[in-house]
Amino acid sequence: MKLSVDGLLVYFPYEYIYPEQYAYMLELKRSLDAKGHCLLEMPSGTGKTATLLSLIVAYMIEHPERIRKLIYCSRTVPEIEKVIAELQNLMVYYDKHAHTPPGMTGLVLSSRKNMCIHPEVSKEREGKAVDGKCYGLTASYIRERHEMDAEVPICQYFEGFTLEGKESTLPVGIYSIDDLKEYGRSRNWCPYFTARYAIAHAHIVVYSYHYLLDPKIAQVVSKEMTRESCVVFDEAHNIDNVCIDSMSVKINRRTVERSTNALNNLTKLVQDMRDEDTNRLNEEYQRMVQGLKDASVQRDTDMILANPVLPKDVLTEVVPGNIRNADHFLSFLRRFIEYIKTRLRVHHVVQESPAGFLKDVSSKICIERKPLRFCAERLSSLLRTLEISDMTEFGALTLITHFATLVSTYTKGFTIIIEPFDDKTPTVSNPIMHFSCLDSSIAMAPVFSRFQTVVITSGTLSPMDMYPKILDFDPVVMSSFTMTLARPCLLPMIVSKGNDQVSISSKFETREDTAVIRNYGQLLVEVAKTVPDGIVCFFTSYLYLESVVASWYDQGIVDTLLRYKLLFIETQDNAETSYALMNYVKACDCGRGAVLLAVARGKVSEGVDFDHHYGRAVLMFGIPYVYTQSRILKARLDYLRDQFQIRENDFLTFDAMRHAAQCVGRALRGKTDYGIMIFADKRFSRQDKRSRLPKWIQEHLVDSFCNLSTEEAVQLARRWLRRMAQPFSREVQLGISLLTLAQLEGMEQEKLERQAQGKQGVGGEVQEL
Amino acid sequence: MTTSSEDVLLQMGEVRYKKGDGTLYVMNERLAWMAEHRDTVTVSHRYADIKTQKISPDGKPKVQLQVVLHDGNTSTFHFVNRQGQPAMLSDRDKVKELLQQLLPNFKRKVDKDLEDKNRVLVENPNLLQLYKDLVITKVLTSDEFWATHAKDHALKKMGKSQEIGVSGAFLADIKPQTDGCNGLKYNLTSDVIHCIFKTYPAVKRKHLENVPGKMPESEFWTKFFQSHYFHRDRLTAGTKDIFTECGKIDDQALKAAVQQGAGDPLLDLKKFEDVPLEEGFGSVAGDRNVVNSGNIVHQNMIKRFNQHSIMVLKTCATVNAPSGSMPNGTSMANGPLGQSSYTNGLNGKASKHTVDTPVSEQDVPPTKRRRVMEKIRYEDLGNPQSESDDDAPQSSNKAKHFELSKVERYLNGPLQNQMYENHSDSLAFEYVQYKLVRNSESWLDRSAQRNVICSKAAVNALGELSPGGSLMRGFQEQSAGQLVPQDFQRDLRHLYLSLQELLKHFWNCFPPTTEELESKLQRMHETLQRFKMAKLVPFENRAMHELSPLRSSLTQHMNMLLRTANSKFATWKERKLRNNR
Repeated sequence: MKLSVDGLLVYFPYEYIYPEQYAYMLELKRSLDAKGHCLLEMPSGTGKTATLLSLIVAYMIEHPERIRKLIYCSRTVPEIEKVIAELQNLMVYYDKHAHTPPGMTGLVLSSRKNMCIHPEVSKEREGKAVDGKCYGLTASYIRERHEMDAEVPICQYFEGFTLEGKESTLPVGIYSIDDLKEYGRSRNWCPYFTARYAIAHAHIVVYSYHYLLDPKIAQVVSKEMTRESCVVFDEAHNIDNVCIDSMSVKINRRTVERSTNALNNLTKLVQDMRDEDTNRLNEEYQRMVQGLKDASVQRDTDMILANPVLPKDVLTEVVPGNIRNADHFLSFLRRFIEYIKTRLRVHHVVQESPAGFLKDVSSKICIERKPLRFCAERLSSLLRTLEISDMTEFGALTLITHFATLVSTYTKGFTIIIEPFDDKTPTVSNPIMHFSCLDSSIAMAPVFSRFQTVVITSGTLSPMDMYPKILDFDPVVMSSFTMTLARPCLLPMIVSKGNDQVSISSKFETREDTAVIRNYGQLLVEVAKTVPDGIVCFFTSYLYLESVVASWYDQGIVDTLLRYKLLFIETQDNAETSYALMNYVKACDCGRGAVLLAVARGKVSEGVDFDHHYGRAVLMFGIPYVYTQSRILKARLDYLRDQFQIRENDFLTFDAMRHAAQCVGRALRGKTDYGIMIFADKRFSRQDKRSRLPKWIQEHLVDSFCNLSTEEAVQLARRWLRRMAQPFSREVQLGISLLTLAQLEGMEQEKLERQAQGKQGVGGEVQEL
Repeated sequence: MTTSSEDVLLQMGEVRYKKGDGTLYVMNERLAWMAEHRDTVTVSHRYADIKTQKISPDGKPKVQLQVVLHDGNTSTFHFVNRQGQPAMLSDRDKVKELLQQLLPNFKRKVDKDLEDKNRVLVENPNLLQLYKDLVITKVLTSDEFWATHAKDHALKKMGKSQEIGVSGAFLADIKPQTDGCNGLKYNLTSDVIHCIFKTYPAVKRKHLENVPGKMPESEFWTKFFQSHYFHRDRLTAGTKDIFTECGKIDDQALKAAVQQGAGDPLLDLKKFEDVPLEEGFGSVAGDRNVVNSGNIVHQNMIKRFNQHSIMVLKTCATVNAPSGSMPNGTSMANGPLGQSSYTNGLNGKASKHTVDTPVSEQDVPPTKRRRVMEKIRYEDLGNPQSESDDDAPQSSNKAKHFELSKVERYLNGPLQNQMYENHSDSLAFEYVQYKLVRNSESWLDRSAQRNVICSKAAVNALGELSPGGSLMRGFQEQSAGQLVPQDFQRDLRHLYLSLQELLKHFWNCFPPTTEELESKLQRMHETLQRFKMAKLVPFENRAMHELSPLRSSLTQHMNMLLRTANSKFATWKERKLRNNR
């Protein structure tokens, strides 16, 4: 349909529209008009992506001077593929119904692992290995060497690309990963580099968070993006963690060992080179002296990782004298690594600030802050000079230099924690040095300042006031939408006690209690008896999952459960879990039904959808608090309290509840879908927890569902399932949760908005159980 | 002794058969009875012939054992131990138990074969008729019949038989009971054994290897229950456990499957991440969440649960695989399906996964593409309005190809029949054109009713054109049905059936490129001749007598078919002779 959103003509590629989609468009448009950032929460399964894309594309067509580019960031590869597929739908719709085609180019950028078409390189399964091999075939000096000696292998696709691809532009269209590969094969161009070049002038770019948030990747990939861009972070409920992770480094004993080896290798290489040809080393030295850091034409292939610090913090000075010479630099590094080694030899936990660390470095090994800041760049320059083709073995060394640069650049918002052993195994020495970022706004700040509009959106952002605080920005629009429903297709319940009236909770004191575990088990068995098809359970941690399953086995609960459904369990091995997951899906498909036990914060809870019969019920066993004894977390909590006046408890609850919501939200992926959500912990019924659930769940969580026993919950579920199994047609939805164009135009805009935000309550239409 | 090579497993004296005293021998492959003071065996039944054994009830004074053969005959043995009733009973029980162990081994082979064939014949009347016509009249031998003509049926029938599924909790059904003196008793039924074999092929193999050669049945199962393989929480059980190997085999199979990866790109967790970084950088999840609990027992147990479920699932996958994609099984569990365009959001989703399609490199993108499209579909928002279009860049739309067997026919329309062509020539072309123009003028006319003939004339015309009408005189087929009596019709149908079957195989031999085919051709030709002599000729004779007006016209076509086959055979024969020369 073609609709008018506040005067803007929007092409929406479907016949019908949800009221909340319309309201979402209105809010989004407001924020684009104001050239400011916004924070929008809309339930999963209400077509967020389609809404976002159609509005922003329409806006770009209407006001090309205001928004010139859309950068869409998502979390996982499947999510990215979905976005691009929606975009393709939209563009086909434009082509058919618009007078002039929009003429927009959109494409995905993914890692080489996903995009490579080189027959040998693409066979590698590890991303690192693909990058390394690609580098070994495409680095500028390798290609130079190839010109001298045809024996040196190069990549034909990259050669094809440099010959003709660099000058020409990608034909107008939307390219998914497979389309790019196809295109690359047909033109004999490398899809990865084609995409890397094309994103500079493409109208729509879809890629992973890291390409924008992680400075060491963003500098390589996303350098030339215009300010007149709209950046969308989809599934952004975890964005603060991504920010923090992108600035953090972790060093363990293995890293040190491997970097020592790499260093020895380098020394030998430098030695060899000096014997053969001193010129190149001298040249490099001269470059350093003149401050022409990378006067050698910056070739894209030569750079795998850029400086780990934010662009504004990169020093533009000349490299200090004591590390200009290759030998000097290597011995400098050797000293630094030795120092780290001694620091790892601790017997108790050490926590210190970067400033303290630097002071200690300077007093112990006489290394000043300044040269440390240049470490990362100096090493990459050296590696280039040495013309190393296999980068994989220098990974650990790169890590150390990045650490050096980071620790000497930032003194605020970071901390260093050295743990001599794992808390679980205090007898096994396994020292780890964490250099941890505490402030998520550090990595986020350049994005907010660089781009005109940043949209942060997800199905679960509640409580929303937390995000502006921890990301340190000022949204012009902040809105949460509910899900207008023609039938109550979700049934959230809080089960607080078992049939024996023992309250159930994953509270630390009671979690190992047999009564609690047994009650959890009985709850699951009862649900398995009642609910058809797939059931997903989330535990608070992997350790808890393990111990509960073990007790269930001893109590015979597993055997009872197996009578009703097959049992699959998430493990820490990704490959194994994928296989179990595939079988889970198969079991649901063939009608056998299955139970999947997974972990909140795990891979499954973040990336896999359990729509329709893959998840008719989700059980959340306990509140998924983070492991609160973690020192990194404690440091972060302290920092948040001091800097942003966020109370520890508030943040912990916020974090736990967003994960809980994320987990239960997995089951509901649309209005025709239906699912039961069971929160099995007494503490969920407290106001501070309940009120932090997303609005669209809270709305259906009436007081009478908040303190149920197993039996009561199962009774309710049984009745509800019977209702849900009735045929459900579009006619029932029309006018309430689904609008035709005529209906949309007939409704008042304000009323619609109110309804979508759940202020007026759609309760009239939704019958209570 | 007659068959000296056979081992006598049990020799039981004082057994009476038809009032004669003698000795009962339970041997490797048969049951034999020899009268006292004789050298020859009076009664000898091969186990394969024995259907069941029956025993007299406990209270009865006579202690007897009866074996029932497949052909319905029975032999009754009367145990007459001089030491009294208990001894007789124990004698009988010994024989009984031994037989119980032995019989099933033979039963499977024979029974299955015969019963299957029987069932196939019963279920297919056509095949039964064919069997009667061809085998019983000795046109074909029975073996030949089954090998060539009924092969498909036999196979199809085998696949169709519904297998019993495996319950997920079958191991839990073996409830161990304490027997009061520090031991455990497991109840093992044949169903459970069947489940175990089906789910764990490795155990089945072990069973075949060890039982009864190396250890008796009961010992095997005792070992099974003691092994870690059964107890999922036990880690090691030493090397002497025969099931250690089973565990290893299973582990390897699982590992291989895991390596192969999940077919569905939306489920493959390994491919979710898109960070090209070294481990150690914060963004790399790597070992960040690998908080190793160190509790290997628990981890192993979880692994075993997964494995168990996967194995159980596999048993039903193998049953389902041949029948193609699964019907929408889940929707049944969800209550009635509505008639509306979308009901519970499940329509068809389930059936989209074919059960066990090996995903080759080539077809990954289309399946991936399809899965992604599936995921972004909102049933209630309606189809994306772009989808119906062909020029959409969607490879999935190209799936259907329009296949034409006759392209000209499609382009030109049906060809005109020769007969009509002659007919139409007689009319002047101009005249037809003129008529057409005149007619078409009136098309737009509202008052075109006058062109419609009156109802009386229409009824008349209809009458003329109906069977029996004046215009339908020359029409004969319709009368054949009435002229030929029912039994002839049936016989004729059977004849056709048999002949078609034989001819099918005859023509299948062309071109006879191999020795095998040539000999088969020869054989088929002979069979055809035999068929003609044994079936067709008698039928013709009978028809000649009883149905004088039709006579040979009934079998005309069949004769033509046979002639064609004969001439073809003759040509081939001649050519072959010439070539050989």
